[in-house]
Amino acid sequence: MKNNKLGQLYKDGEIIIKKGTTGNCLYVIQEGMVEVIDENNGHEVKIAELGETEFFGEMGLFEKDVRSCTVRALGDAKILTIDKRTFYKSIQQDSSLAYRLLEKMSNRLRQANQIISRSNNSNE
Amino acid sequence: MSDLPHKTIELNDGDAIAVIGGGPSGSFFSYFALEFSKRFDLDISIDIYEAKNFTKIGAGGCNHCGGIISETLVQKLSTDGIIIPSDIIQRGVNTYTLHTEQGQTVIDTPSHEQRIASVFRGCGPKGCTANSQRSFDNFLLGLCKKKGANVILEKISKAERIDDGIMIRSKKNGNKKYDLVVGAAGLNAQTLKMITGLCPDIIPPKTTRTYISEFYIGKDQVDSHFGNSMHVFLLNLANITFGALIPKEHYVTLVLLGKDIDDKTVKNFIASEQIKGCFPKNLDLKDAAPCKCYPYINVKAAQNAFNDRVVLIGDSAASKLYKNGIGAAYITGRAAAKTAIFEGISKKSFEKYYLPICKDLSLDNSVGKFIFFVTRFIQGSKLLKNGLLHMVIHEHKKEADKRLMSTALWDVFTGSAGYRNIFLRFLNPKLLLSFFWSIIVSNLHRKNYKINEKQQARTTL
Repeated sequence: MKNNKLGQLYKDGEIIIKKGTTGNCLYVIQEGMVEVIDENNGHEVKIAELGETEFFGEMGLFEKDVRSCTVRALGDAKILTIDKRTFYKSIQQDSSLAYRLLEKMSNRLRQANQIISRSNNSNE
Repeated sequence: MSDLPHKTIELNDGDAIAVIGGGPSGSFFSYFALEFSKRFDLDISIDIYEAKNFTKIGAGGCNHCGGIISETLVQKLSTDGIIIPSDIIQRGVNTYTLHTEQGQTVIDTPSHEQRIASVFRGCGPKGCTANSQRSFDNFLLGLCKKKGANVILEKISKAERIDDGIMIRSKKNGNKKYDLVVGAAGLNAQTLKMITGLCPDIIPPKTTRTYISEFYIGKDQVDSHFGNSMHVFLLNLANITFGALIPKEHYVTLVLLGKDIDDKTVKNFIASEQIKGCFPKNLDLKDAAPCKCYPYINVKAAQNAFNDRVVLIGDSAASKLYKNGIGAAYITGRAAAKTAIFEGISKKSFEKYYLPICKDLSLDNSVGKFIFFVTRFIQGSKLLKNGLLHMVIHEHKKEADKRLMSTALWDVFTGSAGYRNIFLRFLNPKLLLSFFWSIIVSNLHRKNYKINEKQQARTTL
């Protein structure tokens, strides 16, 4: 991984967000990959793998609740933090900046609905 | 602004836009106009006319700029899904080193991560032998091409208003009618004159001369002498408001801002001990920078920089005073694209939706002028500079959110925050009290230190 990429370097397996902790920023992957994991009773379930240009931690921008999943680097990854204040100031000046975030959240909601639907069907 | 009623003109499917200039403002306009039109299900085409070839090394492929992408812009671009590739980034900057005649100190990024990118606008300085794919402007043009823009590598020779559009003429492309013309030619006098001919009420931007040069010292020497720190200088030298050394991969870029910088001002600056001390001892700075220029920058926004079917953006219209010109190109380019796609391309639409953005930049610059006036005052006073250094050094022992002066200075030097925001933070009573205390303590300390030094000298004799 080149040193001149922006953001902070996380080594393979290093935790970026820990489930249950508080946080108020958004993360954008500059280089590399991360995995989103839900931990339940000591068991890990991989929810998703995310790559360059994708973001995570968006719930922290809108809710004051704790982080819902753990996110860790899958191989070395460079991650840029978007501060809550910077984000809100930017969308205050130009609301179209929030479009991509809404689009992605809408995609993720659709995927979650599909998983719930499949799970209900298999239980029946 | 005229009170005559203007009808609303909107872009329709099949309409064509000419963007004159493929620098950051032209590219940001094109990128976002194509992105917004896709969201809006509007089928438009964009031709970008650019006379420079950004894959060329030296002046022929360069837009003459220090090449700093601010923290705020990096975050906005990332939110938009635009990630600057590592090949384009010459170096990620994570600290600033503040130099005065009284000493120096390092200011860390408040976030402790690399969020500022140093880049070359073209493919590198004259004499550079590195690969020719590392131009920031070329990267942005590439993004526009991917979105569907057509890049025409030539100058326009005529711009003429016709009944239902604007005719643009160029040597190879001939005559082509456009529904909207976007002036993004920076401060290029010839092209600006052609485009402004379409806006009879325009008052062009006011400019001043700056200085940029590139010192080749090699990657190892940049690493050991500069690292990832940008060096800023508050020296008491005539005509210079701000001087900075920006580390690139193999080069260091010198940027001087002030009032009509000339050769004599540059020589005085380079001869100062603080500058020489940053470079390797054996380097003769006079001969180490074959690539240098005195580009103009926008110091006062143009007025009435739009008309029916015409809008000027970037340096041709409004910029940020001394800092973050690429950030201003993003702001004006995006605002003009939003107006054109969602609100219309009449004078009335630009007046209602685009002008407030330019006015906001101008208002911020007025506060910026005051901040730089105070900076000049501090530059001329040993007493104040001692206090400033003392305060910043002592703030390093505190938690990040208590470093009031360091974070405010960080934003002044990086252009990461608006000048109004910075000004309000400078008025914080805690910061002011702390600064006054630092002035007293640091100057008393220095006085005692000098007395001790003299006494020690006498004892030794």
